[in-house]
Amino acid sequence: MRGTRVVAVLAGLLGLANTGAAHAIAWYFQTPASGMARDIDQLHQYIMWLIIVIFIGVFGFMFWAVYAHRKSKGHAAEQFHENTTVELLWTVIPAIILVIIAWPVTKTVIAQKDTSAPDLTIKVTGYQWKWGYDYIKGEGEGISFVSMLSTPREQIEGGAPKGENYLLEVDNEVVVPVGKKVRVLVTAADVIHAWWIPALGAKQDAIPGFLRDIWFRAEQPGVYRGQCTELCGKEHAFMPIVVRVVSAEDYSKWVGERKKTLAAAADDPSKAWKPEELAARGEKVYAANCVACHQGTGRGMPPTFPALAGSKVVNGPEQAQIDIVLNGKPNTAMQAFGKQLSDTDIAAVITFTRQSWGNKASDVQPAEVKARRK
Amino acid sequence: MSAVVHDHGHDHAHGHGDHHGGYSGIMRWITTTNHKDIGTLYLWFSFIMFGIGGLMAVGIRMELFSPGLQFTDPDFFNQLTTMHGLIMVFGAIMPVFVGFANWQIPMMIGAPDMAFARLNNWSFWLLPFAATLLVLSFFMPGGAPGVGWTMYAPLTVQMGIGMDLTIFAVHILGMSSILGSINIITTILNMRAPGMTLMKMPLFVWTWLITAYLLVAAMPVLAGAVTMTLTDRHFGTTFFNAAGGGDPVLYQHIFWFFGHPEVYIIALPGFGVVSQVIPAFSRKPLFGYASMVYATSAIAVLSFIVWAHHMYTVGMPVTGQLFFMYATTLIAVPTGVKVFNWVATMWKGSLTFETPMLFACGFLFMFTLGGFTGLVLSLVPIDIQLHDTYYVVAHFHYVMVAGALFAAFAGVYFWLPKWTGRMYDETLGKIHFWLTLVFFNMIFFVQHFLGLAGMPRRIPDYPLMFETWNAISSLGAFGMGLAQLLFLYIVVKCIRSGETAPQKPWEGADSLEWTHLPTPAPYHSFETQPIVK
Repeated sequence: MRGTRVVAVLAGLLGLANTGAAHAIAWYFQTPASGMARDIDQLHQYIMWLIIVIFIGVFGFMFWAVYAHRKSKGHAAEQFHENTTVELLWTVIPAIILVIIAWPVTKTVIAQKDTSAPDLTIKVTGYQWKWGYDYIKGEGEGISFVSMLSTPREQIEGGAPKGENYLLEVDNEVVVPVGKKVRVLVTAADVIHAWWIPALGAKQDAIPGFLRDIWFRAEQPGVYRGQCTELCGKEHAFMPIVVRVVSAEDYSKWVGERKKTLAAAADDPSKAWKPEELAARGEKVYAANCVACHQGTGRGMPPTFPALAGSKVVNGPEQAQIDIVLNGKPNTAMQAFGKQLSDTDIAAVITFTRQSWGNKASDVQPAEVKARRK
Repeated sequence: MSAVVHDHGHDHAHGHGDHHGGYSGIMRWITTTNHKDIGTLYLWFSFIMFGIGGLMAVGIRMELFSPGLQFTDPDFFNQLTTMHGLIMVFGAIMPVFVGFANWQIPMMIGAPDMAFARLNNWSFWLLPFAATLLVLSFFMPGGAPGVGWTMYAPLTVQMGIGMDLTIFAVHILGMSSILGSINIITTILNMRAPGMTLMKMPLFVWTWLITAYLLVAAMPVLAGAVTMTLTDRHFGTTFFNAAGGGDPVLYQHIFWFFGHPEVYIIALPGFGVVSQVIPAFSRKPLFGYASMVYATSAIAVLSFIVWAHHMYTVGMPVTGQLFFMYATTLIAVPTGVKVFNWVATMWKGSLTFETPMLFACGFLFMFTLGGFTGLVLSLVPIDIQLHDTYYVVAHFHYVMVAGALFAAFAGVYFWLPKWTGRMYDETLGKIHFWLTLVFFNMIFFVQHFLGLAGMPRRIPDYPLMFETWNAISSLGAFGMGLAQLLFLYIVVKCIRSGETAPQKPWEGADSLEWTHLPTPAPYHSFETQPIVK
């Protein structure tokens, strides 16, 4: 894009272009990858040109007055203070301009809201602080996974050099076929989040207790990245969204693989585990799901995020802790993990917390978790 | 400031010294019922809050100077953005214009004081308590609320006791605003000098009359919203919880029904200040006085039917989106009329550029820029792309800082001679203007690029492609902060050792405080009402 070059040159002159990292300076919309994103881009350019023309017109007058009608140049003040014709004109003309703008914008608004006849429907659930995806209609129906930031903590805290897709990379990407209309149902489990892929021109607030929908149709295969855009608490900056758009064949292949892995990963909930095995697996589950609030030390950040080390719940009866992990705690960031994790994972993470940081409580078996599910 | 006046004995010459009441020292300020003393209190209070809120902004920009977490943990960062917003809106920008109202309205309409003098005292003295609650929330277990100044449900139910302190602070601030507004409305409607019809009032008085009505209508709505938050938090109600039949989006509707008029509550008095300053330094009457009054009223009315343009991404029906979009774009018409009138006032005038005029021109130029980005954001498809990004942050800082704050600076420099009896240092004033202008744009202009490129707001850490603009923005913030220390120095120097000011230091100024009152203005502005022809 021509403008990108101009800005890059300007920034280069300021000595700021080469900060070491090999990334371009972003200053304008990401290259549109859907018809909607392109429409938005074009509307924006159209309105910007209009604004620039009006701006130059109005402030041309102001700066001419600043330049020419100065007392120091001996300009004597005229005393006129109204002119009905002029005042009517500059009320009516802007109103007409607004009507002219409104026409193309209205068409886009209506198109944006048309989520009918999708090829694929995906439900997105915002959690503090990750995204859950359920493919609920179309090819891939039944696929379900949770997607979390995969940037290592060391990069964020400055212990390691930052990667190319710093804060924009996840463990499980959303995969969709190119050229197909994808309807996205957006909701949340705890607080309001917002699901956004700039290059696709799709953004929707995720509102707990309500389903809202948007749609997109990606025109180019590629990887498109976005971030949560509604303040949702402590880790708001750390729950990105990655959509991988692939060809129809690659999509079918992905669906096949995904279903196979899901089947393979399913554990037998009646299997009896050794406490050490459970704790080892639980440590991984903890690192993925719990560490942001309860911290690696198990000390949490009281009072908002309570400590697990020495906690009465963690060292108390098994059922009480299972219930909290399964169902969450209302009005806190503690969510209902029953919907997100398997019985085995929940048993593992509970066992891990009960046997770490000086806690010495009994282990919990997957069968016990299964029994507590309602 | 009038304490200083008193010490120097200027108003003893008028024989009003004994009207200060029986107290001296701190008790004088606590018990004062004088509109000038109370105006002074408001102005200093807002400057202190401006300093505290500014320090928080510097903290935010320090963290955002480069990617990664350096200074704050994300929780504290959220607390900083929340409190920066609340303190600047409710502690700095709103009180500064109430300070102007207190000082100027009686003098400009030919009255001795405000209508309800004791109520006036009470309106001010509520503020320090509210401010203390806000600042104290940082020291509560769990810290200040990290929910953003908009306090969206249901994140608010997850917060600690700091959230409750903030809710009470908002209640108190609302009470103060409502009491102040009732006082202003009564004063303007009942205490004008003979001959001063409504359509002869200086425009500053007009904008405050309209603002006061907006406050009376909007503040109770905010109080309702935060009260519902409080009962949701503690008393088992579910106004904003779908599990109990409520709706989180309901909060947003209520909040923005207050929040959009609030934008004009902040902006209109600034329009009023600029409408006094530009004619004075153009040596020419304000162009289109009547249309200015109508435009201001139109903006006020429209401000109540556009609130949901802050909520285009919550998933409204298409008719809702279209209605709020059309209504919002309509605001461009009266706002445009105002801008055209100001430019037409300058046209063929005899212009000089003392500091107040510089700030007024800076206001005009950059507020219009903020208005244009407002037009961009009013269009649903574009807003969906830009909502909750730095583009919005840039937009509303152009309106709030380059708009309201620049207007406030213009007003302070304009009236400082009348208030203190002394001139400020013109050279330093001009330096203050240029530093503020350059650093302001350095902070916020580049944030438009960040928003377009997709940087969400309220994040303590960001992807690498946003690094350059953030670094520039942070450097600007540090500069802007330092420049305001110069402002403090200029004001203190003016009060202590400025040259004695004449009754009318500005050739083109024509309202009553310049034409009928000596400098510094006497303690009781007009003991005999002037006759306005």
